[in-house]
Amino acid sequence: MDQPQYSLDPRVNRLQLRESGEPVEVQEGENWNSFEVFHQEKRGAHHEHVGCVHAPNAQLALVFAKEQFARRKKCVNLWVVRSADILAFNAEDEDMFANNAEKTYRDASGFKVMEKINQFKKSTHDKK
Amino acid sequence: MTKNDALARMLTAMADDALIQGHRNSEWTGLGPIMEEDIAFSSMAQDKIGHAWALYRILQEELNGEDPDSFAFLRNEKDYRCCHFVEYPNGEYDFSLMRHFLFDHAEAIRYQQLRESTFAPLRPLAEKLKGEIKYHTLHANAWITQLCRAGDESYARMQSALNICFPLALGIFEPDQEAGTILEAEGIYPGETKLKEMWLDRVYNLCAAAGLNLPAESSVTPEYGGRKGYHTEYLQPLLEEMGAVFRSDPQATW
Repeated sequence: MDQPQYSLDPRVNRLQLRESGEPVEVQEGENWNSFEVFHQEKRGAHHEHVGCVHAPNAQLALVFAKEQFARRKKCVNLWVVRSADILAFNAEDEDMFANNAEKTYRDASGFKVMEKINQFKKSTHDKK
Repeated sequence: MTKNDALARMLTAMADDALIQGHRNSEWTGLGPIMEEDIAFSSMAQDKIGHAWALYRILQEELNGEDPDSFAFLRNEKDYRCCHFVEYPNGEYDFSLMRHFLFDHAEAIRYQQLRESTFAPLRPLAEKLKGEIKYHTLHANAWITQLCRAGDESYARMQSALNICFPLALGIFEPDQEAGTILEAEGIYPGETKLKEMWLDRVYNLCAAAGLNLPAESSVTPEYGGRKGYHTEYLQPLLEEMGAVFRSDPQATW
């Protein structure tokens, strides 16, 4: 029997990996999870993604997140979400987000209103 | 004994507890079981040393005390008033966590009462520390609950740590008859016995929720002595290490 490979990291240690490389089944809750952390700077503001923590459950993830992400920056609340619970598109599906060339009118950046607004402001100001 | 003497005794005991506990917690920095916990524990160690500093400042400003740095680092062992509980070495993480749990709930109750103290400088301080202490107890509760539910070995270690810590924790509330009578009469705080009762209620309920058996107070001998200047063999080496940098150049400004 191979000796289990010990690591100082409990997330690794708990799996009891063996040198023979036989597959290890990971039971839900046995291994630690990654949690994404969202930080709210002031009441009513949106929560902004700031990073992740590792924890055995959401409650401890929140406790950890408080020191990792709320100590150096103003904070009124935090969210933690298990990284595995986030659903995202595959990288190769990125082409879905591409706009066709003739639809540039959809790009908000295509609008050049600021110039007109400034012109209008100037003209009303001049009239006064 | 004057009211100010009694106050100085109380503040010194509180500050020394925070300083020594803070130093012990800081000994986990870089050695914590996982990175996130290492950071959290170190951060709380800094908070504790900040609490000690704030109390030494009150001693200096309101009660003609010494400069906080020299008072913290240059006293003789017998002039420290911390309880034995905070002096003990960190041991395994179960001991450190249990001490953190029992000690910080005692702090939470003490500062909660001091928010209504007749000694005015303590009121804004107690208000200011409220949030930090709330996080400390939240952190402790989360770990205790987690570890008590994490399997037989984990649960057994938490229960054993509680059995070891309990008589030591009672030492936080070591009575000081002479000073206590004055402080209670002056409405400065409700007294160690009252605080201990409130703490026992609170800790009992939290332990019960985690499935831990809090030993009966009558079944143990509280470890007293610290408040009178009698300390364990662990304090002197800690003081030497803690003050080494400061003593190397006491005139330096920080």
